[in-house]
Amino acid sequence: MAEYNVIGTSLAKVDAPERVTGKATYGADLDLPGMLWAKLVRSPHAHARIKQIDTSRAKALPGVKAVITAHDLPSLPKGATAPLVGEVSIDMSAIREIVMASDKARYHGQVVAAVAATDPFIAEEAAGLVDVDYEPLPVVEDVLQAMQPDAPLVHEDLHTLEEATQEKSDQPSNIATHMVYARGDVEAGFAAADAVVEKTYTTQMVHQGYLEPQACAARVEPNGRVTLWTSAQGHFTIRTQLVTLLGLPASQLKVVPMEIGGGFGGKALALFEPTAIVLAQKTSRPVKLVVSREEVLRATGPGAPAVITVKAGATQAGKITALTTTMRYDAGAFPGSPVARGLLVGLAPYKLDNMLAEGFDVLTNKPRVQAYRAPGGTPAAFAVEALMDALAAEIDVDPLAFRQKNAAEEGDTLPLGMPLNRIGLTQMLKQIETHPCWTSPLEGPQRGRGLALGYWIGGSFTSSAEVKINPDATASIFVGTVDLTGTRTTISQMVADELQLDPQDITITVGDTDSAPFADLSGGSRITYTMSAAAHQASQDVLTQLKERAAEKLKVSIAEVEYQAKRFWAKNDTRNEVSLAELARESVAWGSGPIIGKGSTTRMQPAHAYAAHVADVEVDPDTGKVTILRYTCFQDVGKAINPTQVEGQIQGGAVQGIGWALNEEYIFDNGELKNASLLDYRCPVALDLPMIETVLTEVPASEGPYGLRGVGEVPIVPPGAALANAIYRATGARLYELPMNPERIFWATRGNGANGSHETNGSGGA
Amino acid sequence: MKQAIELNVNGEPHTALVDSRETLLDTLRYKLGHMGPKEGCGNGNCGACTVVLNDAVVNACLVFAVEAAGADVTTVEGVAAEGNLHPVQQAFIEHGALQCGFCTPGFIMSAKALLERNPNPSEPEIRLAISGNLCRCTGYDKIVRAIQAASQALSQTA
Repeated sequence: MAEYNVIGTSLAKVDAPERVTGKATYGADLDLPGMLWAKLVRSPHAHARIKQIDTSRAKALPGVKAVITAHDLPSLPKGATAPLVGEVSIDMSAIREIVMASDKARYHGQVVAAVAATDPFIAEEAAGLVDVDYEPLPVVEDVLQAMQPDAPLVHEDLHTLEEATQEKSDQPSNIATHMVYARGDVEAGFAAADAVVEKTYTTQMVHQGYLEPQACAARVEPNGRVTLWTSAQGHFTIRTQLVTLLGLPASQLKVVPMEIGGGFGGKALALFEPTAIVLAQKTSRPVKLVVSREEVLRATGPGAPAVITVKAGATQAGKITALTTTMRYDAGAFPGSPVARGLLVGLAPYKLDNMLAEGFDVLTNKPRVQAYRAPGGTPAAFAVEALMDALAAEIDVDPLAFRQKNAAEEGDTLPLGMPLNRIGLTQMLKQIETHPCWTSPLEGPQRGRGLALGYWIGGSFTSSAEVKINPDATASIFVGTVDLTGTRTTISQMVADELQLDPQDITITVGDTDSAPFADLSGGSRITYTMSAAAHQASQDVLTQLKERAAEKLKVSIAEVEYQAKRFWAKNDTRNEVSLAELARESVAWGSGPIIGKGSTTRMQPAHAYAAHVADVEVDPDTGKVTILRYTCFQDVGKAINPTQVEGQIQGGAVQGIGWALNEEYIFDNGELKNASLLDYRCPVALDLPMIETVLTEVPASEGPYGLRGVGEVPIVPPGAALANAIYRATGARLYELPMNPERIFWATRGNGANGSHETNGSGGA
Repeated sequence: MKQAIELNVNGEPHTALVDSRETLLDTLRYKLGHMGPKEGCGNGNCGACTVVLNDAVVNACLVFAVEAAGADVTTVEGVAAEGNLHPVQQAFIEHGALQCGFCTPGFIMSAKALLERNPNPSEPEIRLAISGNLCRCTGYDKIVRAIQAASQALSQTA
């Protein structure tokens, strides 16, 4: 592989200065002249028919300029879809109901109306004056209850889709989709096992916890076009959804990306933007919509909970002979849980000759889930990795050795059918063998060490870049991909090396939908990966154009032109040269004009990312509180374009996983969230944590110019089981439910844990 | 109910007509154009709106604007003196202590205040001092290291 000067270095974030000085402009920072403030009216019932909405009292309040309900949104045929990413579509008639409910409120906090007023206080007061007549309906909150035939129906007209046959059930149901993936002969596999363990694991609804509440603003321009400012994970994605939802052509809609204060998957859908636009159209004034933290937690779309049963058998020598799993994911009130991703992530680390994996996408009267970092992966890996630890213990094999004996390799087939290209799982596991985090003794009572694996497929889809050479031989990069946490920097590093320029001489802009090249949403660990191809191609395009012009000046063929350090010369006569500065200056004055390089990719192979986490914990026997003594993350990153940023991604993802594992959960009472604040929904703070160590493995991905793999998703996957397995070694108690908070650990260590709440639990030899 | 208040923000005198229900955060952001302090929660749980009010580190969302009448307020916009980044800001950049950056203004204020009262804090002291500031991107590791580095840089220049 080529040597690089900028790729592989920890270049400081190119957009850091404006962020440390408070100058970066996020969604809520927009202040437009004449702006109105919007406030949403939300259902106080988790399930209720909307009989009537009377907006007259709200409209009569001085300062109120508009009040809208679902009737004010353009009608949409049921089942109308819009492309979400690549070939994946989303049901926009469901999104319309989340934007504003028309017939039923299906979760507590679902929006039923919205107001726009001259100041936020009036808007809030007016929201309280919208009179809604509800007929409360029975609530179904628990995923297992929702699957029962007599459960209250979240949608009376929804029938179960059998994925394999594409047939729908006769009876309506809360099970939106049922899927099965199978291979080999699981019965024969279990018969060949020396030990079989089967357990059921439960995780709760959690929130992405982005610090910035959703914010957007809309303005109708004098020519009728709409300008929308939003801090979403993809402004083109938002535009595409709005085209379907509002019936506006893309040419009438400019979406401007604001800086985004975290998304983690939770800001990919147009849930607020339609309301801001319709209010702006009704009032002919700019309208800003900023939601409160309470609204964020209640109703923006959290991460899916799941109930997962796993059964696996192994020989005394430690070889897995068969595995079955049933994963039931709670989608909330509309279909679309990440259950298929759960099946994939949970099973991807292993060679499984005999496998039966079954998934259910289940509806409840809870907020419709959205993606949350490695969507579906964390619950699945908690279940599978805790089960693997128990199985290894049953046959008395070291947990690391057990993983090594069964680790997936290049050429193996993933559970959902795709063959694995080059992966670095084996090399990564080898690094753990000799690392002090694994080899050093862990002494003292109530202490234990746990290991768990993680996987993420890595996103692909469409990314584009334009690279322009400025007249002074500096370069400008133009992209349409929202920068969540550092992709401006990594893209700049790639272009700097390709054009052999100093990063100081490169600027990068994330442009709006009118001006930037199209890009799919930022998520799934796909931006740096796909942008490596797009930026490389755009840079090569620039170099080709420059070489053409150099060849003309040097009077040689293009093939004879060499480039290095801002100089072009003829291969056979190094004195026959022209500088980049001269070509750049001339490009805007004559000849074929300015130099603009373009690059795009729509489909790359997956760059599979594997991770392993090792956790040392101490459990307080009196309170059940867990203290993390040491936490080490191993990850195959392919190639670290910016090691500091890669470490930051891993540390941040691991800590989100730690929060999910130990603290975070939605607590419901008849569908109403009881802990809708950041005090009661407790994300980890600095005091809860040690330093997070990272160990990078670099096995190049099969595709892409630099061999990098997306790094952001996978670190959230292993912490649940890594900590559960550590707690087991510290206390002798297995935990089967997240979060493993002091109360659950207290009872589990006294023989009264979550285990046994499901009849399927039990272990024993075959 | 509106009321006129006078206050100094980053050394500049201002007058603002504020609603009695309005927070100092809203006044700073929407009346005085200081968008640096962010609203992440509105009830003192996240620390993104951290400012210094008459030498006290406070959540601006928990202070009514009328309570800040006559006060000296320092926001993140007032930290870089004459365009030169403060060592804490410099360390955050060099150590990769920010990702989305929404929480960063609050962390800068808490960290700067910590180093002013305790120039050589231990790791637990740093973690305690920033435990009122939530960050969801970094896992805090690089933030703690940046504050350690800023402490060293400040002690070398002192």
